[in-house]
Amino acid sequence: MPPLMRRVGRDVLDAARWAGRIGRRSVRRATVAIARGATRFARFLVRWWRHSLQFRVVVATVVLCLIVMGLLQTFLYQRIAEGLVDDRLRIAKEEAAKGTAQIQEALDKTDKLDADSLRQISYDVVKRQETESAEGVRKLLLMRALTNDVRDIVLPTLETETGIEPAVTPKMRDELAKNARVQQVQIVTVPRGGDLVPAIVVGSIVQVPEAGPYELYYIYPMERQQQILAMVMRTFLLGVVIFAVLVGLIAHLVTRLVVDPVREAAVVAERLANGRLNERLDIKGEDDLAKLATAFNGMADALQAHISRLEDLSALQQRFVSDVSHELRTPLTTIRMAAEVIYDERQTFPPVSERSTEILYGEVERFDELLADLLEISRIDAGAASLDRETVDLRDVVDRVLTGVMGLARYKGSSITLVGAEEPIRAEMDPRRVERIVRNLVINALEHGEGRPVRIEFGSNDAAIAVAVRDFGVGLRPGEPDLVFTRFWRGDPARKRTTGGTGLGLAIALEDARLHDGSLQAWGEPGVGSRFRLTLPRVAGRPIGYSPLPLTDPSPAELGENGVPVGEPIKATVDPTASTPVPPPAAGGPPGDPGEGAPTAAPQVDGVVDPELDGVVDPELDGVVDSELDGVDPHLAGVLDPELDGVPGGDRP
Amino acid sequence: MKARVLVVDDDLALAEMLGIVLRAEGLEVIHRADGPSGLEAVRDAKPDLVLLDVMLPGMDGIEVCRRIRADSVVPIVMLSARTDTIDVVVGLESGADDYVLKPFKPQELIARVRARLRRGEDPEPERLTIGDLVIDVAGHSVKRAGRIVPLTPLEFELLVALARKPWQVFSREVLLEQVWGYRHAGDTRLVNVHVQRLRSKIEKDPEHPEIVVTVRGVGYKAGPS
Repeated sequence: MPPLMRRVGRDVLDAARWAGRIGRRSVRRATVAIARGATRFARFLVRWWRHSLQFRVVVATVVLCLIVMGLLQTFLYQRIAEGLVDDRLRIAKEEAAKGTAQIQEALDKTDKLDADSLRQISYDVVKRQETESAEGVRKLLLMRALTNDVRDIVLPTLETETGIEPAVTPKMRDELAKNARVQQVQIVTVPRGGDLVPAIVVGSIVQVPEAGPYELYYIYPMERQQQILAMVMRTFLLGVVIFAVLVGLIAHLVTRLVVDPVREAAVVAERLANGRLNERLDIKGEDDLAKLATAFNGMADALQAHISRLEDLSALQQRFVSDVSHELRTPLTTIRMAAEVIYDERQTFPPVSERSTEILYGEVERFDELLADLLEISRIDAGAASLDRETVDLRDVVDRVLTGVMGLARYKGSSITLVGAEEPIRAEMDPRRVERIVRNLVINALEHGEGRPVRIEFGSNDAAIAVAVRDFGVGLRPGEPDLVFTRFWRGDPARKRTTGGTGLGLAIALEDARLHDGSLQAWGEPGVGSRFRLTLPRVAGRPIGYSPLPLTDPSPAELGENGVPVGEPIKATVDPTASTPVPPPAAGGPPGDPGEGAPTAAPQVDGVVDPELDGVVDPELDGVVDSELDGVDPHLAGVLDPELDGVPGGDRP
Repeated sequence: MKARVLVVDDDLALAEMLGIVLRAEGLEVIHRADGPSGLEAVRDAKPDLVLLDVMLPGMDGIEVCRRIRADSVVPIVMLSARTDTIDVVVGLESGADDYVLKPFKPQELIARVRARLRRGEDPEPERLTIGDLVIDVAGHSVKRAGRIVPLTPLEFELLVALARKPWQVFSREVLLEQVWGYRHAGDTRLVNVHVQRLRSKIEKDPEHPEIVVTVRGVGYKAGPS
């Protein structure tokens, strides 16, 4: 609001400045400035109306009061006006009757009946009454009646010199002609000193001896009444203005009584929502607002109790997880050490015992992983997992993953291609967790990639970064993209895993992505392959908007020259022409080519992917087709775990 | 002479297994099942290294570690099942030189133990000076103005590593490798905690260190001598 007010003020100043100068142009400018200021002020009012309950109440009260006042005062004004006019009418009629009678009497008494004398007499009687009025000025008018048929003596029309127009209407004269005995009254308007003023005209017939009937009119302008009414009007208007201001003030004060506590409650509620659970409202008195405050505080108490109970539960859960961790890990350590000692001796055992020892050893490893994953997921469930965020280049994280999975890639015969990794892709993240997510995705892709290439795509925009892992293997059936993140979900039982896997890897990956306020999504089609896309915000806590990478494969028509998807509804910042480690359509197993491209792709891999491109893990197919690799694979255990951190989810301290 | 390792752990099966593995490595193993008897054994048997479980009945491992450290410089390696950050740091701050998280692989444990036992392997007499400290490498002693500053072997090694190349800035990873013997990335908090401990013993004002100086974003180096 204040900036808007300031702008309105500036407009007014502008207008004043321009108005101060002379000239048509400056006038136009001033008008424009005023119009602009008025628009802004109107907008300001509208916004205020929308935002302030108090403002609305005050405005509504004032407007309603003004309407009521207006009606009331109109009624009063009319009554006063009527009273004044009635009063004046009554007096005017009486006075006119009296005057008429006097004139008639004077005329009757005269004995000089020649035309000149009659003219003189009638002039005198009319003139005499000119000054006899008690109620201000009046005008007398004597004129020959319409019905007068005397020809001998004709008196001229006489009027007194009061500056009042002889406003006699033909209608009145007709009335008088029809009914000579009755006083005729009419209200007309006459011009007085530049204004039109209502005036009362009282007409009657006098009989002039020898000259017949003459019409005598008294004209009373109601100037005084007019003045009184104007004063009443002024008083009323002044009253209305004062009343409106007072009512506005009162409404303002009264609404503050209600609005202030409500505003206070809003502030406290906001603080509560921000986690300051000890905030409470002050309770004053016993009125409705106090009841509201009491109820509010009750709610806050209940919330706080509930939250602290949940926190206690969470602490208890963490405690339990920690205890279980210790209690399970100690015997597991013993078993592991024992298994290792036995395993080292296995060559001296009979074949059955030797194989059993190998199985025992492998399963202990798996149990270890499973326990680690279980503990991790319970920690996340308990809300005990925390992020160690730092600004990291996503490519470095992926590089570390690639170092760890190279052995598996070689064993599976899959090449790994990086797309869009030219620019640094920096974001705030917990690199250990992101590394774990990506490792999980890459290992999954290799596991289910059926030896075909795996493509790692990078993307970034202003708000988010993304990495997607695309394989061209068995793919996912409809519905499975959601299921894969389910805990302990196993896909096609026919799929044989080389690395065992705990069934929790993707569930943990999803939780890790959520901890980052990011998203992890899957897409796949049977026989085409699948893509897992991780999207993370660049800055912790900022909304992502949309992912920089597409999740699904675009149709062939939408593919760029290099087979890199473009034209997705999602803004892909990866420049398709700039990606260096090109997965040529032939090698990449044409991404938009469902069904038939995939089987032919594998044999071509070796020849097409340039081994010198960095970022491309060269599959050494010859080293992989290895006869001793059936069943459990000591070779792989070594390959996968060269640095103690190659196992999915096994990189915790 | 066989190095002697004291195992303090209440889990008998694990203790026995540790015994088997360590003996196979040619070490002499003594076992105690609780804190007080462990402390006694440290005094009486003079072990060359203590393997200490964090969770012990009665007196817990942290407390045992603190008491051992009160009057002994024997290397201590903690065995911990906890993964919570705070436990590891508390363990290190109570005086442990290193820690191994359960479940560990036997080779991993042996590597840690061997790293702590390896010392006195460079017998050539060497004197280093850093700040106002005089280090007698062969004699394993540090003196300030003729008075011995008592350091644990690990702190001594850390100081020697820095003092030998005062021109070089050591990253935490390099120190982990040189002093702790980690071949792969380890927990850099080990370095942080022990640099703090070392400073508290050798610096005049540990808040404004002059001998072991932090190089922001890189690591540590020896101050001007």
